[in-house]
Amino acid sequence: MNVLLFLGLPLLTALAVLLSRSKQQVRVIALIGSLLQIVLALLLLFAFRAERAGNNTAQFLFEQQYPLIQSLNIHFHFGVDGISVSMILLTALVVVAGVLVSWNVEKMTKEFYFLLLLLALGAYGFFISLNLFILFFFLEISVIPKYLLIGIWGSGKKEYCANKLVLMLMFGSALILVGMLGLYFIGGHEFDLVNLSQIIIEPARQTILFPLLFVGFGVFTALFPLHTWVPDGHSSAPTAGSMFLAGISMKLGGYGCLRVAIYLLPEGAKQYADIIILLSSIAILYGAFVTMMQRDLKYINAYSSISHVGFSLLAMGMLTQTAITGALMQMISHGLMTALFFAVIGMIYDRTHTRMVDEMGGLMKVMPFITTVLFIVGLCSLGLPGLSGFVAEMTVFVGSWQNDDLFHRIATIAAAMSIVVTAVYILRAVTRTAMGPITNSDFAELKDAHWNEKWAAIILLAGIISIGIAPGWLNDLLAPGAEIISNRIAGK
Amino acid sequence: MNELLLLMKSELVITVIIFGLLFIKVGKGMSNDRLLPIIQLSLLANLIIGFFFNTEGNLFGDMFYTSPLIAFEKNILNLGVYLIALLNTDWLKKTANLAEFFLLMLSALLGMFCLISSGNLLIFYLALELATIPIAALANFDLDKKSSSEGAMKMILSSAFSSGILLFGISLIYGVTGTISFNELPLLADGSTLYTLAFIFLFSAFAFKLSIVPFHFWTADVYEGSPIAVTSFLSVISKGAIAFILLTVLYKVFLPLQQVWYLLLMILAAATMLVGNLFAMRQQNMKRFLAFSSIAQVGFILVGVSNGTEMGISSVIYFVLIYLFSNLAAFGVIAVISENTHKENINDYKGLYQTNPFLSWILALALFSLAGVPPTAGFFGKLFLLTAGGAKANFGFMIFATLNMIVSLYYYLRVTRAIFMDKNEKPIATIKTSAPVKLAMIICAAGIVLVGLMGWIFDYIQTLH
Repeated sequence: MNVLLFLGLPLLTALAVLLSRSKQQVRVIALIGSLLQIVLALLLLFAFRAERAGNNTAQFLFEQQYPLIQSLNIHFHFGVDGISVSMILLTALVVVAGVLVSWNVEKMTKEFYFLLLLLALGAYGFFISLNLFILFFFLEISVIPKYLLIGIWGSGKKEYCANKLVLMLMFGSALILVGMLGLYFIGGHEFDLVNLSQIIIEPARQTILFPLLFVGFGVFTALFPLHTWVPDGHSSAPTAGSMFLAGISMKLGGYGCLRVAIYLLPEGAKQYADIIILLSSIAILYGAFVTMMQRDLKYINAYSSISHVGFSLLAMGMLTQTAITGALMQMISHGLMTALFFAVIGMIYDRTHTRMVDEMGGLMKVMPFITTVLFIVGLCSLGLPGLSGFVAEMTVFVGSWQNDDLFHRIATIAAAMSIVVTAVYILRAVTRTAMGPITNSDFAELKDAHWNEKWAAIILLAGIISIGIAPGWLNDLLAPGAEIISNRIAGK
Repeated sequence: MNELLLLMKSELVITVIIFGLLFIKVGKGMSNDRLLPIIQLSLLANLIIGFFFNTEGNLFGDMFYTSPLIAFEKNILNLGVYLIALLNTDWLKKTANLAEFFLLMLSALLGMFCLISSGNLLIFYLALELATIPIAALANFDLDKKSSSEGAMKMILSSAFSSGILLFGISLIYGVTGTISFNELPLLADGSTLYTLAFIFLFSAFAFKLSIVPFHFWTADVYEGSPIAVTSFLSVISKGAIAFILLTVLYKVFLPLQQVWYLLLMILAAATMLVGNLFAMRQQNMKRFLAFSSIAQVGFILVGVSNGTEMGISSVIYFVLIYLFSNLAAFGVIAVISENTHKENINDYKGLYQTNPFLSWILALALFSLAGVPPTAGFFGKLFLLTAGGAKANFGFMIFATLNMIVSLYYYLRVTRAIFMDKNEKPIATIKTSAPVKLAMIICAAGIVLVGLMGWIFDYIQTLH
């Protein structure tokens, strides 16, 4: 299987979108392109499992290398392991759902889909890159599309939010850039992830480099206290933009924290683990309590994202294999869940033209499909067994509990308690929106989901439920990768 | 004779064009509509010739030196002049003194070529003057605009002042070492305070030409007052040429003083980036805005220069190439809009995307490249400068430089926000761009998108050493 297809396909689709003539043509091309991406992602999954079943134990499969700049020793180096495969699956699901829910975008349709596909391209490229330079390049490709998507198609204080998001993310990138160059010089002019992982870097150097890289990627995944772009950015983005931001872009950061910062600098990770745990525990509790005070559905989801992503950062700080697997599961589960949540909020807003919980009520009676999905996704968010959220959070807690000193125990208990708060705000928001009498007479005439919205929801729900009911396959994908990382931390 | 023809090829071709223009002017003259294509074609021919027969060698007893690397630098400048001639077609067609305009511009270019090739402080000084004085005349080319004359006046006065300091420095150097040859100077340098002082005088002349803080005060007024063709020439070609010779002078002539200039460059780079960025934030006029942003870009160039090895040379040349595409594209769009509507204010650009999507995309690409956002080439350019500057693993300085990139992104975003997001009751009307302008813009856009991804270009520069 050639992983370069994941770059070629979105690029071709984006170019085809640019050349197409009518809005309908644009939509159909984007849909076909994104469906092909799912097919590709599934093919990759099967090919990967077949290779592993055939006892191919190489760390990365389907590797390819091409020189980019020889005099600086920069190569295109692509390849995937189980972690990347599952991230690619997540991306493909969110992309197709995003394309479907944006079916009714009338303003500059061509540009909108072009930018969406560019974002997808950046995410795929990021997940398959095994060279720090290329990885960083793909991370940054998505900056311009994010900015324009929020600024042009967004709502509310969109220009301010677009600016804030881009500047904060660029701040993260700046830290990553410096850390990356530091690794380059310390590693003897080497950007390659695989080669760098074989070089032993002195602990003193790791002390300097680790915070640069971890905080840099952390900005992308809402590391407390650099999370402030999340509520603004998510709430003012268009529906598909929020889905991509929360579903994919935040995962780039988490993946980078793990793959680059913790994997390459295990000594640094040990030194800073307690700080990571402290910050993420604060993020979990703070995010949950702030969410309780929100009245706007998008803000509710944005703040709860901070809390949920905190679980995955907390697990990274725990440094055990189970915890790291849990962190990755939480990333994937949260990606699907939050994308679906934003999709549903977008559907509701398109009909009611409000996102305020207090102004809604009884929506179950007029749009049963949409509100049912809202219920399911809410239950997933608070960790109901049978859905992906439960599996991920359970793994995180089990992994965290393996550290048996007081500090780790307290952090784990505090994080677990936040689930109660989550239940409070989720149930309150969902019941107020869906149950009771129809408070606003204008809402009585509203239509339920269209075909495109139904399919978008079904595709994401399929992901959530298949992880929730049968988590084994995901665990098989993630655990070997997590084991390599935890072994490096343990010094094996 | 053959050797002379071969080694001074670039200079001779430019001289031939200059004389051709003179004959046309002195003779019957020609209408602008006929003359301009001829000039553009001869500049294209000049550009193409530049790629052939490049060898290494000295002339006139080490006064003139050329090598494939220097020839490549000259090609970059040729490309820039050709693009400027294309991008400003609309304005050039209307100007009353087309032949004089190119006479002056090409004379300055000839000066820059000699400057890059100089092997001796005397030629260096003469070439620098030749490269400066015609530009002052060019800055005054909008004869009916008061600000144009004011800009020219400011430029000629301050450049005369800096020439004085430069000459003082040169005389001190001669006094200490007894030579002005680039080849002999590093051998005779004695590290005395006087020699260091002489170096600092010499360096301040560079600082003036590159508008390094605190020698930058002339820049904004001159940029604003001059016609846009001249502004783009000043900000790209002139800066590029001076950066190239700065590399030669620091790396070859003043190598014994590396300790001194490394520290000097660090401080000046930090100050230049910071001041350029802070002032650029407050500008409303697009030309002033780009003037300050180009000051900040020069600060970045200094980061690469501080490296002191071949990597430093390659990264600076590579960056100048990318900077040329990006800045010329930005100035090109501003020129088209200013020529058709006389609007140069950022607020006038609001809603530009609704009426002029092509121009908007070009300008946005150029600005993103200047800001160093991937996938544009500007990202690669800045990254290699940082890689060169980071060779000494100065983390604090690196973080400072990258933070400055974010500040610069903030003000570049101001413009893109105006273009794409802000609403405007009366946006600039749809402008029909002529074919040469479009061609040049597409060349620039292709450069911005492709140069970064084509890694062999950087490898090629590395092999030229």
